[in-house]
Amino acid sequence: MAGASKAVTDSRANLPFVYRQYSAEQLRQVLYKMYLIRRFEEGAEECYTRGLIHGTMHLSIGQEASAMGICMPLAEDDQITSTHRGHGHCIAKGAEVKRMFAEFFGKTTGYCKGRGGSMHIADVGKGNLGANGIVGGGIPIAVGAALSSKMMKTGKVVVSFFGDGANNEGAFHEALNMAAIWKLPVIFVCENNGYGMSTSTARSTAVKNIAERAAAYSMPGVIVNGNIFSEVAEASHQAVARARAGEGPTLIESKTYRHRGHSKSDRNRYRTKEEIEDWMSNRDPITLFESELREFGFIDNKGIEAIRDAVAQEIADGIEFAKASPSPDVRDTGNYVYTEQA
Amino acid sequence: MDAMVRELSYAQAIQEAMAIAMDMDERVFLMGEDIGVYGGAFQVTGDLVERFGTERVIDTPISELGGAGVAVGAALTGMRPIFEFQFSDFATLAMEQIVNQAAKMRFMLGGEVSVPVVMRFPAGSGTGAAAQHSQSLEAWLGHVPGLKVIQPATPYDAKGMLLAAVADPDPVMIFEHKLLYKMKGPVPEGYYTVPIGKADIRREGRDLTIVATSIMVQKALDAAAALESEGIDVEVVDLRTIRPMDKQTVIDSVKKTSRLMCVYEAVKTLGIGAEVSAMIAESEAFDYLDAPIVRLGGAETPIPYNPELEKATVPQIPDIITAARGLVKGVR
Repeated sequence: MAGASKAVTDSRANLPFVYRQYSAEQLRQVLYKMYLIRRFEEGAEECYTRGLIHGTMHLSIGQEASAMGICMPLAEDDQITSTHRGHGHCIAKGAEVKRMFAEFFGKTTGYCKGRGGSMHIADVGKGNLGANGIVGGGIPIAVGAALSSKMMKTGKVVVSFFGDGANNEGAFHEALNMAAIWKLPVIFVCENNGYGMSTSTARSTAVKNIAERAAAYSMPGVIVNGNIFSEVAEASHQAVARARAGEGPTLIESKTYRHRGHSKSDRNRYRTKEEIEDWMSNRDPITLFESELREFGFIDNKGIEAIRDAVAQEIADGIEFAKASPSPDVRDTGNYVYTEQA
Repeated sequence: MDAMVRELSYAQAIQEAMAIAMDMDERVFLMGEDIGVYGGAFQVTGDLVERFGTERVIDTPISELGGAGVAVGAALTGMRPIFEFQFSDFATLAMEQIVNQAAKMRFMLGGEVSVPVVMRFPAGSGTGAAAQHSQSLEAWLGHVPGLKVIQPATPYDAKGMLLAAVADPDPVMIFEHKLLYKMKGPVPEGYYTVPIGKADIRREGRDLTIVATSIMVQKALDAAAALESEGIDVEVVDLRTIRPMDKQTVIDSVKKTSRLMCVYEAVKTLGIGAEVSAMIAESEAFDYLDAPIVRLGGAETPIPYNPELEKATVPQIPDIITAARGLVKGVR
């Protein structure tokens, strides 16, 4: 990495992709959103521990650069399908944290009016077609959304996020094959955090890199360091361009790590403290991005402090909004099963 | 009726409905295995690919789960897919997308989306195709809130209910008995719909209500005709939709006849007959019953290959006649 000097930013030519592609304001906004994802999940975890949120949740802490990098080149009406570990995707695609908190609290002001919770968080208005409780469940749905885009000529690109666990589901293989034969504008993003619940990819998956699976479906398979925002965004940028040009799908494998366990029931028996500590201390995506921004002169410590403060405020406000929001009426339990006839 | 009425087969009626739907709405398209140039395993799509092209009559790979998921995703984002399973048995490979996704998406997202997908399931025994190509799985899907499940029994209903399904904002599963495909009946030209969720009294009678589904409707009518000479007057209710079920029509019929028999091809236990019987037992019609309820359903076995065995596993007209006679005359 180049040394930190003001001169470098004057000539961005030698900097990594995102520093050439986006404005300083846009990049600071990315840092804001990465913090927003991190603090949202920390806030949700705390609310869960305090008994304010029931059920379970799957935290993506440590994977923020992956969500932000993939969504960076997407337009507002582009669409995504997401996973059980989907809070970051939802925020990265433009959701408001207050309505996400409200959903987790089971309130009517939540994105799903309290019917979905963490595992089905969605924001259809911003193109998030929903997180999914079934591993691989969203992948064929994304291909269907891409088929709609092609048939209706809307120009929309669809991203399907899924984890390493999903790469061994039949749905993954069937969906990639159909996307390839029909050249659909869809991007398959495998966020490989090393473990499908407790089972490592080394134990579960015959190929070393999940991106190698792309060869079976004649599409590009790209491996990125999922903890480096610029690398992820650059790969996404290329895949989006390819999709919009009608050249078909791409499989991106974003190698990352979740700092927390699989869900709230996880006792972390399948990985060592040292491994977790290494990822948290040396490869944290927010720390890495923040130091690059500082190094290249896009932000200073004061600017970082301002972002952290603003995020803390948005999180606090969001939790208050959720607490103050009304719960659904038990008499309305049957709503939304079918479309209400006018 | 303004429209010209012709004799069409059940398969032709479905094909005509799909063509009308595609003519009326460019969002409607067909997906399935070998539905293009092959015309579908039962020639239901026939030559539609020549008329609408491969972009709207899409041959999928043999990928039931993925294909169903693509249809669900397309429906979720503004299209109106009609997805054909080559055999209803193959839908077992796609249960994830049907049960977890299509049925629940609207609910899970608090009413923010709808999934107007139509899925077609060629079902039932009688073709010598043995255990994995002959099942009647409609009650599986009838158990899932969020789905609508229909079983048209005539060419007229097949066309009208398919057009109603395409117009419906929610996922509609159509179970078509394969032996009905060649059945002929009067079908008007042009657009019309037959409502989902409404049973049809196909024959009025005083002595006994037979609630039948799909191919069993015609068998029940044939049995009723034979019983007439014995002085037994049978009312035949064609359930047509198993979810949401038209309870009132069945209740009213049982209150009139005081006897109930359910006839369906699917395995007898835990099926439609159980649901109809329980529904009557819970209703005001219970007090009107003069005899125990009788269920005639499929045997508790897979469908066998041998034609005699195959016939013996599902209710036949003589079975209905015998059971009806016993029920009305108190002979058990």
